[in-house]
Amino acid sequence: MTIEEIQNEIIDEFSMFDDWEERYQYMIDLGKTLPLIDEQYKTDDHIIKGCQSKVWVHAEMNNDKVEFTADSDAIITKGIIAILIRVFSNQHPKDIIEANTDFIDEIGLKEHLSPTRANGLVSMIKQLKMYAIAYQTQLN
Amino acid sequence: MELDIMLDIQKIRKDFPILNRTVNGKPLIYFDNAATSQTPQQVIDVIVDYYSNYNANIHRGVHALSQEATDAYEQARIKIQKHFNAAKAYEIIFTSGTTHGINLVANGFSSILTKEDEIIVSALEHHSNIVPWQMLCEQTGATLKVIPMDTNGELVLSEFDKLLNQNTKLVFVNHISNALGTINPIETIIEKAHKVGAAVLVDGAQSCPHIKPDVQELDVDFYVCSAHKICGPTGIGMLYGKEEWLKMLPPYQGGGEMIAEVSFEKTTYADLPHKFEAGTPNVCGGIAFGAAIDYMNAIGFDAIAQYEHELLVYATKQLQNIEGLTIYGTANNKTSVISFNVGNIHPYDIGTILDKMGIAVRTGHHCAQPIMDFYKIPGTIRASFMFYNTKEEIDTFITALKKAVMMLS
Repeated sequence: MTIEEIQNEIIDEFSMFDDWEERYQYMIDLGKTLPLIDEQYKTDDHIIKGCQSKVWVHAEMNNDKVEFTADSDAIITKGIIAILIRVFSNQHPKDIIEANTDFIDEIGLKEHLSPTRANGLVSMIKQLKMYAIAYQTQLN
Repeated sequence: MELDIMLDIQKIRKDFPILNRTVNGKPLIYFDNAATSQTPQQVIDVIVDYYSNYNANIHRGVHALSQEATDAYEQARIKIQKHFNAAKAYEIIFTSGTTHGINLVANGFSSILTKEDEIIVSALEHHSNIVPWQMLCEQTGATLKVIPMDTNGELVLSEFDKLLNQNTKLVFVNHISNALGTINPIETIIEKAHKVGAAVLVDGAQSCPHIKPDVQELDVDFYVCSAHKICGPTGIGMLYGKEEWLKMLPPYQGGGEMIAEVSFEKTTYADLPHKFEAGTPNVCGGIAFGAAIDYMNAIGFDAIAQYEHELLVYATKQLQNIEGLTIYGTANNKTSVISFNVGNIHPYDIGTILDKMGIAVRTGHHCAQPIMDFYKIPGTIRASFMFYNTKEEIDTFITALKKAVMMLS
């Protein structure tokens, strides 16, 4: 699936929720099921420090596609990471670089991607793109 | 003696227009008062009146507006002087807030301290009362020492005794810890510090909305606070300093207002307080600060303290009934601040869910990372109450908290 297709799929899924409680419960459950990052990558080299919650990100290139794993010490942050990983992981670096995150507004989670939220998520997206740029230069 | 002063809370709440708003479709419950307090209409009116009727630059104009603004600003200084019982109005320096006041004093001491000197801070400090002193030590070579705390969040005074010696020049301590709510025994700390000839700065950012200090009775050398903690606006605060200290310290910033005469060869500084008030001040802020002090005094600090203590006891009791909940900061003498965690749930998660239910609390390390390191936690959830909060709000908060815990477990 392309990034856009996955984003539309997520928008569809979220449209079934009636209220914030269902949305948040879904994210919390996602946070619980997110495959944890390999312990060896949960180091300061992989950390993105937010004032409120920490995020770890690791990237690998397999068959010209970037695979991301990530984790956070806060579960709601982790749930949003799960959504972002679903969108960005296993994609070509070029597609990751060009992708936007407008779908987050549509599923009612805009506040979590505010640069002033200090939960590490905005920096995380930048980091995902940085990895993609780095891998793209390898492909060129 | 048990006071028996009843506050009409419903009447008081009507003074705060913000308490009528909703957040995420729910009535706002504002429990982040230790970060900033809300502003009553009486103070808002003063701000509107200033900009509507007599906004002008002060201390220099010959015209009516400038004179009116200057008078109001200086009247506010006198209100603040009386409130804190300073001996002289010029011992009150308007600052942009607590952090500014601390930096002003730290900067002043940079030309006085030598590398033999020692300064002492407490383990309960906000970053704003740690970093300026670290910078001062880097500049002067002086040594920074720390009064340790115990697991209740109380300072260990016997250790403080050991830190004091004839090289101790300055002691810095907050009156009330922002992260835990502990009320520190500043009377004892000041007395002990003075015995070795050290000056004491008390950070009153957290105490000013709850306690009316008497700076002369305390015999404190410097006392700093912010208006926004005491129902005033942000961007204005005050530094009290004993006259002899303020005369000794060099100016912090150069500019207009702070000079007597300027030539390219030499500038002579203005007298107190203007020596420390370079540039056009926050005139409206100063006047509104005075109005906030009036507002608080009209309610009465004894009544405020009594009612807020009731809220603290009521909330503490209910929180303790929640399984897995740990309260950090269990000092005997504490103000209406409760810092806690529930099990291993991250404070950010609970804060996020509470916000969805219209409840504002603070989460994180509260700019007091050394305290969080002491307890080996990433942060806490902090609920802090003011006199306009109610037991009903606490009930709603407890129900919401239980729901958040259920969702996150």
